[in-house]
Amino acid sequence: METVIKVENLIKRFGNFTAVDNISFEVKKGEIFGFLGANGAGKTTVMRMLCGLSKPSSGKAIVAGFDVDKDAEEIKKRIGYMSQKFSLYEDLKVWENIKLFAGIYGVKKTDIKAKTDELLRELGFESERETYVKALPLGWKQKLAFSVAIFHEPKVVFLDEPTGGVDPATRRTFWELIYKAAEKGITCFVTTHYMDEAEYCDRVSIMVDGRIDALDTPKRLKEIYSAKNMDEVFQHLAKKAERQAD
Amino acid sequence: MNPIIAKDIKRSYGKVEALKGISFEVSKGEIFGIIGPDGAGKTTLFRILSTLLLADSGEAKIDGFDVIKDYKAIRQIVGYMPGRFSLYQDLSVEENINFFAKLFNTSLKENYYLVEEIYRHIEPFKKRRAGALSGGMKQKLALSCALIHKPSVLFLDEPTTGVDPVSRKEFWHMLKMLKAQGITILVSTPYMDEASLCNRVALIQEGSFLDIDTPENIVNKFDQEIWSANSNNMPKLLIDLRNLKEIKSAFAFGDTNHITIDKETFNKEIIEEKLKSLGHKDIILKGIKPTIEDCFMELAKK
Repeated sequence: METVIKVENLIKRFGNFTAVDNISFEVKKGEIFGFLGANGAGKTTVMRMLCGLSKPSSGKAIVAGFDVDKDAEEIKKRIGYMSQKFSLYEDLKVWENIKLFAGIYGVKKTDIKAKTDELLRELGFESERETYVKALPLGWKQKLAFSVAIFHEPKVVFLDEPTGGVDPATRRTFWELIYKAAEKGITCFVTTHYMDEAEYCDRVSIMVDGRIDALDTPKRLKEIYSAKNMDEVFQHLAKKAERQAD
Repeated sequence: MNPIIAKDIKRSYGKVEALKGISFEVSKGEIFGIIGPDGAGKTTLFRILSTLLLADSGEAKIDGFDVIKDYKAIRQIVGYMPGRFSLYQDLSVEENINFFAKLFNTSLKENYYLVEEIYRHIEPFKKRRAGALSGGMKQKLALSCALIHKPSVLFLDEPTTGVDPVSRKEFWHMLKMLKAQGITILVSTPYMDEASLCNRVALIQEGSFLDIDTPENIVNKFDQEIWSANSNNMPKLLIDLRNLKEIKSAFAFGDTNHITIDKETFNKEIIEEKLKSLGHKDIILKGIKPTIEDCFMELAKK
């Protein structure tokens, strides 16, 4: 299986603070990779580097075949990004948001229209084409935001707490969208504070104080730490954290 | 008289009905949870009860004071921690807490005993700017500032949102301590698993309460039979289960699927056979007790 993210001895320092402390891992094509850690463990810093938004102090990271240090612009074309905090423009209509983001991600104008129809059909959103995003229920917004983030068929999509605050039923349908994307071969790199969602990942890594202290399938992690569920695994590892800063 | 009383509170923003008639009471020293997703109306309710927003109709009293007529008295006796970090980012930890103490004619020294358990965790960083604190420390500072004037009622709007599981546990531990001091606590959260840490909860969706009760009673009242289902192929199992007429709903729940069943037609052996013929191996079906999240999803459907 093709490797889509390859990280080797990655380090990021801010002054004399080591935010990311020599981490290495690989993520395969179509894998759902859960990227967990306590607040301040360094998750966001790693995500920013992998998205080409911040340069490593040392070490290497290859995303979608390009080096984050040298070819950040090439990476940005081949990834999608969605976070709970910023997703869509509330004052634009559904189709306008799709057109805007598709354009930013470099989808050809001629392709955008046909693909928009297809997307709205798949989501069952055809009647909402002209609706302002602010009038959509939160769950719909999140689904639309995710679909927009993978509209240009990226190699990897980074999902930063995509289900925070979402109601329980919608949270689950959202994960079904993640499964679908993964089946299409899109690698899904996900952070979450819901430990039941960690169970839905193919593999999970847990960051503590800038290091990756555990990385395996949920099943194996539970065996290794003799834990009933992923919450226990997380509590066991993250409790050791000594770091205070975010 | 109960320290928090709300009667038929309604509030709309334009055409959107944020609260559609909310009534409840909280007894002294209770931890009462308002549990529901973003956009359900939690923050609107908190803002009305803390006298920062007027309801369109309905009545609310805090410690016997009316939220409209007696808003000044209420502001003296409640502590409010909004969902968004609202302290002064450019002031230090110490300056923030001194500022809030001074607003209420008190001082950190005078009321130190109230906040000690929480404040001592951040005291080593008292010279640091609030904006430069970690998430967990900001939360502790905000809670200290909400407590410094010795409130009898505490309003905490989503204090654990976006907070990691370890810090969340710590935070709930602090709430238990405050409860022991007799403070009445109204707390909202989108995390269903936090319901069990409250004395009573209200499940809220789209501006209405679905139920108000103790977490135990909500689970015991659940009128569906619920089973857990596992096989060697969990995502496929979920889809296959949904296609069986004996099964009313199927949802992923961590490392298992939860299903509600049609009691008339459900037969464990027959379902196992059907799943086997669909290619599933290592099938495990077990009758289980529902969680609050199961209850919420079922109630939200009605």
